[in-house]
Amino acid sequence: MPNNKNETTGLIGWIDERFPLSSFIKNHLTEYYAPKNFNFWYFFGALALFVFVMQILTGIFLTMHYKPDAALAFASVEYIMRDVSFGWLIRYLHSTGASLFFVVIYLHMFKGLMYGSYKKPRELLWLFGVLIFLLLMAEAFFGYLLPWGQMSYWGAQVIVNLFATIPFIGPDLAEWVRGDYLVSDATLNRFFAFHVIALPLALAGLIFGHLIALHEVGSNNPDGVEIKAVKDKKTGIPLDGIPFHPYYTVKDLIGLSVFLIVFASIVFFAPEMGGYFLEHNNFVPANPLVTPDHIAPVWYFTPFYSILRAVPPILNSQFPGVAAMGLSVMIFFLVPWLDKSPVRSIRYKGLLYKKWLTAFVLSFFVLGYLGTVPSNIWGQFNSLLPLLGGGDVATFVARIFTAIYFSFFIFMPYYSKKDKTKKVPNRVTMP
Amino acid sequence: MANGNKKIDLNRRKFLLNATSVTGAIGATALGVPFVSSMLPSEKAKAAGAPVEFDVSSVSPGQIKTTEWRGQPVWILNRSKGMLISLEANSDNLSDPDLKVVSQQPKYCQNATRSIKSNVLVVVGICTHLGCSPSPKLDKKGDMGAEWEGGFFCPCHGSKFDLAGRVYKGSPAPTNLVVPPHKYLDDNTIVIGEDQEEKA
Repeated sequence: MPNNKNETTGLIGWIDERFPLSSFIKNHLTEYYAPKNFNFWYFFGALALFVFVMQILTGIFLTMHYKPDAALAFASVEYIMRDVSFGWLIRYLHSTGASLFFVVIYLHMFKGLMYGSYKKPRELLWLFGVLIFLLLMAEAFFGYLLPWGQMSYWGAQVIVNLFATIPFIGPDLAEWVRGDYLVSDATLNRFFAFHVIALPLALAGLIFGHLIALHEVGSNNPDGVEIKAVKDKKTGIPLDGIPFHPYYTVKDLIGLSVFLIVFASIVFFAPEMGGYFLEHNNFVPANPLVTPDHIAPVWYFTPFYSILRAVPPILNSQFPGVAAMGLSVMIFFLVPWLDKSPVRSIRYKGLLYKKWLTAFVLSFFVLGYLGTVPSNIWGQFNSLLPLLGGGDVATFVARIFTAIYFSFFIFMPYYSKKDKTKKVPNRVTMP
Repeated sequence: MANGNKKIDLNRRKFLLNATSVTGAIGATALGVPFVSSMLPSEKAKAAGAPVEFDVSSVSPGQIKTTEWRGQPVWILNRSKGMLISLEANSDNLSDPDLKVVSQQPKYCQNATRSIKSNVLVVVGICTHLGCSPSPKLDKKGDMGAEWEGGFFCPCHGSKFDLAGRVYKGSPAPTNLVVPPHKYLDDNTIVIGEDQEEKA
């Protein structure tokens, strides 16, 4: 058969003459060679894909019962929880999935920072990833309005008003996003459209691009060694590579099993996670006339929200804070060009980089915590103190950690160059 | 043609390609207009901003009531004598005590109490920072600390306003609360959403 390079017969052969089925399986699974030294951190890419598929599936079933109407939305979610068979389970899978999606993505990104997975030739792979992260934040934000609870409503009110602070076009832009002069039925209806079709479609496309880019350049690994550099002379297969299937499909299944134990424990025993995954105030229907006493975003937005609160208004404009928050996410796009280190992996980087990365992770956690609490949580400085007198202690701490957060990126070209690196081996190391 | 001119006029090709691309791009942009416009506030939303009436005599001195106008909370605060006196004491701590940002109140409220009748404050209860609704903290001191003169506190980002809706220094909110257009039909009835006629 002239068209069939795979020499397959029967049904598969019939298909292979018309569609590259066997070659696809070979190129991306059975003959896709991944480094043999993947560790714990390499579970999270596959897990993210799993959670994405699960969100789509549970989302489809929620859409069958949910009503995107300001008058009906809150009650329809209660209906799903109380009257739809297993509606509670599907909804909790979806809401827990949202939070765990961010857990998995944050760990996946941390892996990239640790092992230099953004460095040449993987810059585009990283850019795809940051774009996915950005759209995922938008997806989560749009989704959070849908239950039409108090937190949904006021969270959306605050976030949409962030756009209003942009000089000149801001107020008109915010009105355009809302489709009304305040968050209303029109806003809910369009957020529903974005949440269930526009963004999932865009995400699916970007994830596809992310995987295509990954398979083009090949996976990085904890040693940051390029496995394609040392190949078997006869077969041309990297000596440190093993076929993705069955080796990593089986390994990922183990990772998935452990993940599902954690996932199921949350879904069945702590679906609200003490107010962190589903906020208490969101069990009260949206009321445009009353803001809850304490409003905070869901945990995965709080580091960025802290940065927003930490920056004081300049020249009567809140825009600098909004710009800083936007920048705190956008700056990830630049990482491939900020890191001037000659080595990829943290294993061969010096103490300097390790210290900076630790400081960054610490600032991410501290800002994350501060974003969940009111800014006067630690009281005020004694009013007699110069400069700080009377200011909120927590705001001051948030400012320091905001500075550390940005310093990690801004000074990266300097410290990554100055850092004392170790010699990278030719082959990957195994524990 | 195929036989006569073997030489391809590259400039002509380039011009045609550019002209087609530009025309196409203009067409695509024009096609985008209806889609982008469809997201603007609809005619129905624009029409929903009808004026509302409110009976001021239902609010006794020192009390506050909330009504709804254009979907937003509007506060009607009947300030007691003590509250009005405290307004004068504040001005050093305020960002804009002299109401320099004139967009925040109509002309006829451009005065020390930001109101038509000095005791009745009518103000939109939406923080000028990011649009939360502040909580009235009308009493002096209380949970707001010993120096608090009474006013409004926004739970979202900690903005503070006095009893005339003027913002305190150090708040994230950039401007005073908005006084909506309103007018008195008679001694006790106000209409929110319609301007008072200028007195000659």
